[in-house]
Formats: sequence, structure tokens, C-alpha cells
Amino acid sequence: MLYLFIIVPLFILMFLNLPFRGLKRAAFWLAAALCLFQMFLVLFPDSFFWKLDFAWLDHLFKFDLAIDGLGEIMLFCIGLVVFISVFMGRYINADADEKLNFFSLLLIALAGLNGIVLVKDVFSLYVFIEITSVSSFMLISFYKRREALEATFKYLILSAIATILMLASISLIILISGGTSFSLMHEAIRNSPHDFLGIFAIGMFLSGLFIKAGLVPFHGWLVDAYSSAPSAVSVFLAGIATKAMGIYTLMRVTSAIFGFSIPIGNVLMLIGAVSIIIGALDALAQNDFKRMLAYSSISQMGYIVLGFGCGTALGVAGAVFHLFNHTIFKSLLFVNSAALKIQTGTSRMDKLGGLARKMPLTAVSSLLAGLSTAGIPPLPGFWSKLIIIIALWGSGHYAYAVIAVLASLITLAYIISMQRRVFFGEPAGEMENVKEASPGVILPTLLLTLIVIVSGLFFPFILENFALPAGMIIK
Amino acid sequence: MNMTLDIVILLALILAALWTVMTRSLLRSAIGLALVSAILTILLFRFDSPLAAVFELSVCSGLISVVFISTISLTEPMTMKEVIKHMKDRLTRFWYLPFIVVIVGTALSLLDIRLNIKVPPAETQKDVREVLWNMRQLDLIGQVTILLAGVFGVAILFKEGRKK
Repeated sequence: MLYLFIIVPLFILMFLNLPFRGLKRAAFWLAAALCLFQMFLVLFPDSFFWKLDFAWLDHLFKFDLAIDGLGEIMLFCIGLVVFISVFMGRYINADADEKLNFFSLLLIALAGLNGIVLVKDVFSLYVFIEITSVSSFMLISFYKRREALEATFKYLILSAIATILMLASISLIILISGGTSFSLMHEAIRNSPHDFLGIFAIGMFLSGLFIKAGLVPFHGWLVDAYSSAPSAVSVFLAGIATKAMGIYTLMRVTSAIFGFSIPIGNVLMLIGAVSIIIGALDALAQNDFKRMLAYSSISQMGYIVLGFGCGTALGVAGAVFHLFNHTIFKSLLFVNSAALKIQTGTSRMDKLGGLARKMPLTAVSSLLAGLSTAGIPPLPGFWSKLIIIIALWGSGHYAYAVIAVLASLITLAYIISMQRRVFFGEPAGEMENVKEASPGVILPTLLLTLIVIVSGLFFPFILENFALPAGMIIK
Repeated sequence: MNMTLDIVILLALILAALWTVMTRSLLRSAIGLALVSAILTILLFRFDSPLAAVFELSVCSGLISVVFISTISLTEPMTMKEVIKHMKDRLTRFWYLPFIVVIVGTALSLLDIRLNIKVPPAETQKDVREVLWNMRQLDLIGQVTILLAGVFGVAILFKEGRKK
């Protein structure tokens, strides 16, 4: 039945594009309902749906798919972020045709993201990464603005390089494995006498994934893509696309194919630490709200990679928990940036100011999400960072633990600076008539803020039931 | 003899790829890409991979070229002045790339890496339906979806231009 996560979005896409009247109006409801249903299925694994008999469909679609704790968290995050993007897209896009095209691309991306999470074959994984990438290119350049087209081109070129590296790596591993399933490749790498070939292939695959994840020094495309994409697409990219294509795939191939080893862990921790520092320092120097968030994303993804590279069950659990938290609070911050851009016409922080009185909900949610990013208790970002730091300290990586703590201070500095410049003080002259954003932006803000608060307060439940089991992917 | 022929075909592949990238017109680029796919098809046939060869020829050389040429028909060609400027820019920016390729290639051949790997045989006995619909069904659907995303992208990005 897992194939339904891939097939249903594609069927809905085809149905919506049939030449019948009224389908355009149904597009939003169908896309939104699908995302909500996906979240429901993950949250309630004992629900009626899983007991239904789909024998005739099972006979038709013989996909080799699987899901575990990490996959469940990812499917939930995918459903949530695509839902937010669909919701914002309904209000931001002007005409019905534009909306239908936007939802169609999001449905293709949804199928691609679900496929990335569920497949057990490395070539299929590559195919689904490409589906997500192609739909992301189209979504970034959706309004054909010059800077967005330029960012798409950059992303496309670097993504092509990543693709070459990953495909070359796959072909090298096939030489010793003779097949592309995760288990076959894992066995082949473990038992192969060709150490050089294995290391070379793993190095190439990881480099490709670092590009897809936008980690330093492979982050050239990320900032432009995040900052010049339409608001709803920025949420999609920062919230889930980069994480699924880069970070999740990194976790999956490292645990299921390459097998976690100390050298791989060391490389990951180094890349993670460098990304944390460079991302945070660059974020501090930004004047544009969205560019600051983009650099902040690089830094926070560095934390996830650092925790995962630590290689202990606690470190991986911390990384998975931070991945979930980052999905929520970074999506919220990008929704806030959309509210600011729509209501004020700019995202330059030196032109904004005193907006807390005009946009109180945006200001409060931005403060909560920002403090969670910086790791302030009792918000969820604090707990996930704390777990990562404890795991690093416990496994003897003291320097990395100190870097993680110090970088949190830099994060706090740029978050407070952003809050001060955008929301505090007296409103600038041209900001006098600014109002709170429309429901299309406010409702996602409320939903994400609620999740931030709940996951901070009920972190033991999330840790115990989701993050710690997911941390067991490394055996 | 066989090895020499393969190397000649590989060289032809590189030349076709270079022509695809360096040629002045987009249409010629699309034709160049189809040519690259056709040469790759020959190589795949020679390496006992007829299924991959047929797939390469029909999808990459055929279908994708049709998508590219349809897209190009929706664009406005550059003026001669712009074309010359582009050519000059490209040469000044990327003149060193062929040298890097030659140096890296020579270095790798001097290293004389021998891995002693027994390359697994390609699937030649199985029915094409068995391979595409049973063994790689998910990839097939995935690749159709990539094409669908590409076609959607073309429709979205070029619709306005066509109206104008």
C-alpha cells in the first residue's frame, strides 16, 4: 500500500488537468486534502485505511518500498510543508490557471519526495531525487522573474554536477555489487576487496549529496534559490525539499548502503561544523530577511549533519529531532518573510522597523521560531541541539561540542538583530499603513507556531516515540 | 581492434557533445544532443546492452529531442551580434576546460589503475516487458514523471511568450 504515496499524487495531477469545467476550483481542495491525509496516515498507523484491501492495485504496482521511523517523520514533514505551500499558493497566485499549474508542480514534487523516502533501490532513489529537482527548478522560476531565473540556472548547473557524481558513484558500485538494491550494494561494499574503488565511490556520492543539501563549501546555489523563489516555494525548498534530497538521503545511504564508519563520520562532522560556522557568520552579515534565513538554514543543517556524523544512537536521534524541528521553525520563518514581503513590499531589514505593533502575530511567531533556531529553552530547537551536544560530548568530540554551543550564540545574535531591526522600535514613515497579513499567510503561521510550542513542551513524547527509534537506523 | 573501435566511438561522442555545447543555435544544440544519444546507443549495443540501447535511442534521442525542439520553437532566436558576443564570452571564460580534461585524462592513464573486477553481465536474455514492467517498474513511472515535470515546466515558462 505504500505505493499509494507515490501513485495517488500523480493520479490527482492527471485528473486535475483533464479538460473539464470546475476542476480548477477543486485543485486546491484535492491537493490540500491529500497532504492532510498523508499526515493523518503517519500519525495514525492503526487507522482504518491501512486495513483496507487493495489486492487489485497490489497486483498492478509491484514496487519494492519500505518505511521505518525516520521515513515516517519525513512523510509527516513532507505532508505538512507541501500543505503549507499549497495553502499559501492559493492566496498568492492570481488566476485559476496559475493556481492549477502551481499545484500540479507541487503534486509532482510530493510524489518525488515520497518516493525518495520509500524506495529501497539506489537507482530509484536517484530517479525520485531528479523528479523533485526538476519540479523545484520550475517552481523557483514560476513567475519568470530575472533573479529567480538566474538562481534556477545556478541550481540546475550545480544539481547536474551532483547528479553526475551520484550516477558515477552508482555505476562504480554496480561493478562490484551487480545490482542496485540497498542490501545488495551494502553487502558488496562490506565484502569487497577493492577499498580504493569503494572509498572513491562513497566520496563521489557524498559530494553529490552535499551539493543537494547546500552544505558548505557546496552551498553556492542555495542562498539565491531560497531568496529569489516565490514565498510559497521558499517554504517548500527550505522546509523539506533540500532536507529530503540532501540530508535524508545522506542519512539513508550512509546507514543502508555505505555502512557507518569512523572516517565517514569524521568527514560528516567536519562538513557539519564548517557549515554551522560559515552559515551563522554569513547570516549575521545579511540585510535581506530571506537571505539571512537561507544562510541560517545552511547553519542549522550543519547541526543535523554534525549530530548524525557523531554516529551514536543519541547523536542520530538528536539529528532526526533537529531535522523535524528545523522543518517546522524554518518553514514558519519563511512564512513570516512572505507576510513581510506581501505587506510591506520589501524584505530589506534596513527599510523595515517597528512592525510588532502593526503585525503582532507575525512578530510573536517570528520571535518564537527565531528563539527556537537559536536553541533557547523550552523551545524545541533547544532540546534537539542539547541532545546533539550531549551526544558529541559523550562520544569524546569535545571541540565539535564547543563549536555547536558557540555557534548558537552567533545564531542568537543574528536572530535578535533581525527582531530588533524588523519588529522593534518605532515604525518607519512608509510603514504606517501596514496591516497584518491575509488568512493565506496567517493560518499557516498559526498552525506552525502551534506545532513549535507543542513540540517544545512535549519533547519527551516526540523524543521517545519518534526520534530515538529513528536513531536506530545506524546499527 | 574492438578496443580501438570503442575508443573511436568514444571520441566521436566527445566531439558531438562539444559541438552540442559550442554551436551557435539552440536548434543545432538539440540535434547535437540527439547525435550524442545515437552514438551512445551504438556503444551500448557494442557492450551487449540492447535494452539500454533501445531505451536510449527511443527516449533520449527521440522523445527528448522532440520536447527540446518544441521548446525551442517557442523561443526567439538571438541576433547575429548577440551570437558573436556569446561565442567570444564563452571562449574567454572556458578556454582552459579542454586542457584540464586532457591533463586529467593523461594523468589517469599514467596511473594505470587495474581493479581486476569481473563486470557483471548485462541483462540480454530477459524479455523487455519483464525488465521494464516487473523489474524496473518504479523507475519507468519515475522517468515518465520527470518528463511530465519537464513538459509542465515548458508549458508554464513559455506560455506567456507564445501569447505575445
